[in-house]
Parts: sequence; C-alpha cells; structure tokens
Amino acid sequence: MHNMVHKNMSYSKKVLEHFKNPHNQGVIKNADAIGKVGNPTCGDVMKIYIKVKDNKIKDIKFETLGCAAAIAVSSALTDMVKGKTIEEALKVTKDKIVKDLGGLPPVKVHCSMLGVEALHEAIKNYESSN
Amino acid sequence: MKIYFDHSATTPIDKKVLKEMTPYFGEKFGNPSSIHSFGQAAVAGVDKAREQVAKFLNCEPGEVIFTSGATESDNLALRGVIGAIKRQGIAKPHVITTLIEHDAVLAPCLEMEREGVEITFLPVKPNGVVDLEKLKKAIKENTVLVSVMYVNSEVGSIQPIREIGKIIEKINKDKLNEWKKARTKDRGEKPRPIYFHTDATQALNFLPADTKYLHVDLLSLSGHKIYGPKGIGALYVKNGVPLKAIQLGGHHEKNLRSGTLNVPGIVGLGAAVSLLDKKTRKPHYAEASRGKQENKKTWEGTNKKIARLRDMLVDGVMKNIPDVILNTDRENSTPAHAHFSFLGVEGESILIALDLEGIAVSTGSACASGSLKASHVLIAMGIKKEIAHNSIRFSLGNNNTEAEIKRVIKVLPPIIKKLRGMNPDYGQEN
Repeated sequence: MHNMVHKNMSYSKKVLEHFKNPHNQGVIKNADAIGKVGNPTCGDVMKIYIKVKDNKIKDIKFETLGCAAAIAVSSALTDMVKGKTIEEALKVTKDKIVKDLGGLPPVKVHCSMLGVEALHEAIKNYESSN
Repeated sequence: MKIYFDHSATTPIDKKVLKEMTPYFGEKFGNPSSIHSFGQAAVAGVDKAREQVAKFLNCEPGEVIFTSGATESDNLALRGVIGAIKRQGIAKPHVITTLIEHDAVLAPCLEMEREGVEITFLPVKPNGVVDLEKLKKAIKENTVLVSVMYVNSEVGSIQPIREIGKIIEKINKDKLNEWKKARTKDRGEKPRPIYFHTDATQALNFLPADTKYLHVDLLSLSGHKIYGPKGIGALYVKNGVPLKAIQLGGHHEKNLRSGTLNVPGIVGLGAAVSLLDKKTRKPHYAEASRGKQENKKTWEGTNKKIARLRDMLVDGVMKNIPDVILNTDRENSTPAHAHFSFLGVEGESILIALDLEGIAVSTGSACASGSLKASHVLIAMGIKKEIAHNSIRFSLGNNNTEAEIKRVIKVLPPIIKKLRGMNPDYGQEN
C-alpha cells in the first residue's frame, strides 16, 4: 500500500511453484537438531529440523512464518541440502538459493539470508550437541 | 474468474468517462494555451470540466487547480501554503497533521520539519479516527495549517472533517472578533487565520465533497480513485488562501501550477465527478457526518449494495476463519473497506495465494512494501507489529458481485489454514 517498489516486484514461476507446493514442509519429531531464526515483529520466522547420519543431512524439514518468498526459500533450501554432507550444506549461500529460484525481487533477498541463517543455526546446534 | 477487491489502489475507468475523453486524444488535440481554433476547442473541454469539478465541490471554477494527481495536490497544498506564509515573514509556522496520513502528506511534512517548520502528528483512537479534543489542544499561537485526510486508505476510517472545519472556523472567528474589539492603537496586526486542508482522495465515492458544508480551505482529489483516469487530480483552494507555486514555468493555472494542461485527463476528471454528482445523496449529507450508527444505515444506491457485500464478506470471513481481527470499524468507515488481521499468517503470503486464485487484494504488511516496515497506520491505531504484518485489505467497488464474495469466502479459509500450518509458532503461542 505504501512505498511500493514498482520494478521487479513479481515472483518467478519457480518461486510461485515452491510457494504453492512447498517441499519438505513440516516437523521432524525426533530431529537431531533444530535451528530457529527471525522474529514475528519483523514478520519472518524460520525453523529448520535436521536428521544427520554419517555426517550427511539425511532428512530436513522446515516451518516458516513469512511472505511467499520466505516460504519458497525454505522449500528450495531444504531441497538443495538434503543428502549433502554438513560441509557441503554450509557452502550453500544466499546467492545460490536466489539463483536456484530464478531470482527474487530485490526487497526479498533478505529472505534468502534468513534461510541460510536458520540452516547454520541448526548445524551449529547439531555440532555442539555431538 | 478474475476478481478485483483493490479499489482503494485504483478503480477501472467508467466507459462513459472514457468516451468523453477520447476526442481530446484525437481531433481536439490542441493546446488550451493557444488562441487559435484548435486551442479553443481544447479550452472548451477544460472549462466544462472545471465547472463540473466546481459544481461537485460547491465552489467557484476559479478555485480549482488541476494537478497530476492527489500527491501533487497534497504537496502543493502543504508546501504552497507554508511557502506563502514564510514569505510573509513568519519564521516558524506550526502545522498539525495526523499519524495516519498518506505518504503524500507525511513526506512533505517531514521535509518541512527538517526545514524548520514545526509539525505536530496527531495520534488516532483505536478505530483509526482522530480525537477532536487532542486536535483542539494541539492548536497553538503559531498554528497556520491543519491537514487531516477525509478517509484513511488502509482501514477506511472516516475522519470528522466537517467538525474539524467548524472548530477551526470558530477559532479563527473568535480571534478576529477579539482583535476587532481591541482599540485600534493597541491592537497589532490582523490575526492570521488557520487554514484547513483535507486529502479527500479516498472519500469521494462515498461522502459529500461540498467544501462549504465541510468548512475546508483546501481539498485534494484524484481521478483514478473515482472511476476516472490516472495522472489527473485537482486541488481546491478557497479564494484568499495564500499559496505559493511549487512548480514554476509557463504561468498555467493562474501561475499556481505551470505545465501544459492534461486536457484528456481533465475532461475525464470532470466526467468522473459529474457521475459522482448524480450519486450524491442530499439526505446522506447530514447523517454521514453525524457518524456512528447512522453512517451504516444511510448508504444509498451503489454504496448500499457495496455495504451489503462488505457485510457479507466480513461476516463470512469471521464465521469461517478463527483468530481473525477486523481492523475496520464498520460503524465509522466507508462501506467498501474490510481490513483484517489473520493471526499467525504473513499478509503478503495471503495476497499471493489469493492472486494465484485470481483474486486481487492489498496488504499493509512489510513484506509487500519496499520499506519492510509495518504499516504506520496500523501502528498508530495501537495494533502490535506482529499483528500488523498479518493484514489484508479488501476494498470493494461498484462492479463487485455477491458471487465474487461467495468465492472469497470459499477459497480463503483453506489458504489461511495451510499457511498457519507452516508457521512454527501458530497454535502454540496463540
């Protein structure tokens, strides 16, 4: 309603597809670690659950409160790191996520940062408990 | 089926309006500043439109300045009046406005504040309406201008413009009488009146625009919110109100707004207000301003239909979705607005999900705006940030139907349920 950015506000087809049918959405009840970042007063909360075996992310799920971009980022990120080693997962950057999604409107790029932070938080919690 | 519920953003142009405009893109292309026959054909269109706008506002045609839209009208009103007063030697004039104004008023006010003008931003009550007592208390010796919007664009709250206009008029009159009573040699300069501006952009489809009834000195309006074209607006400036131009050039509009006139736009604005004029209902006048319960009952014609559809929408949403807050005070708003907070869901995600269903709405949520800040209007109403982020605005218009409302009530509950299901905190904290 205010301060609308007119250029490039629209989402790519891939973002909308992830938003409509998110992958890996849900909870892992016996997760090895959980990472949660964000704050409802800012409008974004992201929670990532991981299950790790032989140093690999065997399973990953997310729960997200946020805009369509935040949900799409969560979905794409979990796809990207599932089955990867911890080291490989830590190499996933926000730029890689944005690229994988076919771009994000400039004001939404921070959502990809939130995804990376949530994953790193989960991995940090995993490592400190093992 | 594509459904449009974003009439506060813009309205589709009325076919009759478009028809009136068309010749001015073609054979009547002349510049109204030219004195030959081409110019005169264009002048005729502008003159007619100015009369239509003047009739609509109940003012003189010479009191209407055509602009590029409400943003320019607001800028001209604020900077124009303050600029003129500063030129008269008043170093630190005081302006009163509200926390819920459109950025077209807030941004120039903040800019003037940096330039040394004193600005008071009035708070609002939880229903989004200005408190008259607080306004009265804010008036000071150096107050020269009050600017209050007629209808808030986000939640649709109606501001008591007529009451404010009368309060200011009385203060001005009392001050003048006191000055007149004083002995000629004791009294100083004739007291400066306080001028009253309203941004009426969101009000004109629903409420009286009679400037004498409203007791306003300046009034901003826009074409595209009233089924007219974009890129055209007007500012009413009462005779005698000091105004300094903010755009200089070829002396158009009595030298107050230079720039070749947007003739098709002006003709379209005239046509759009004259269609509104026919809808303006005399009995509605008095009762609308009395406010409260009577507002709702007195909508007539198209607005009666819109009010019925809005009630259907609100009741349907509240009945079928838990944890919803209605931020629009139905007793004191336009009949077209329904602004909700769906707890535990980000507004933009609802907007996108509805858009994928072909339904267009709006959100004041940070995620849909460039600023990433929660709506200043909702925050001013005392709504918590996390709830402000959960907001969706429906604004209904002339062409909406019952079938469209029914469709929203059908598709919205599963959308909210699905998105809440993704929220890690919903159902735990709430």
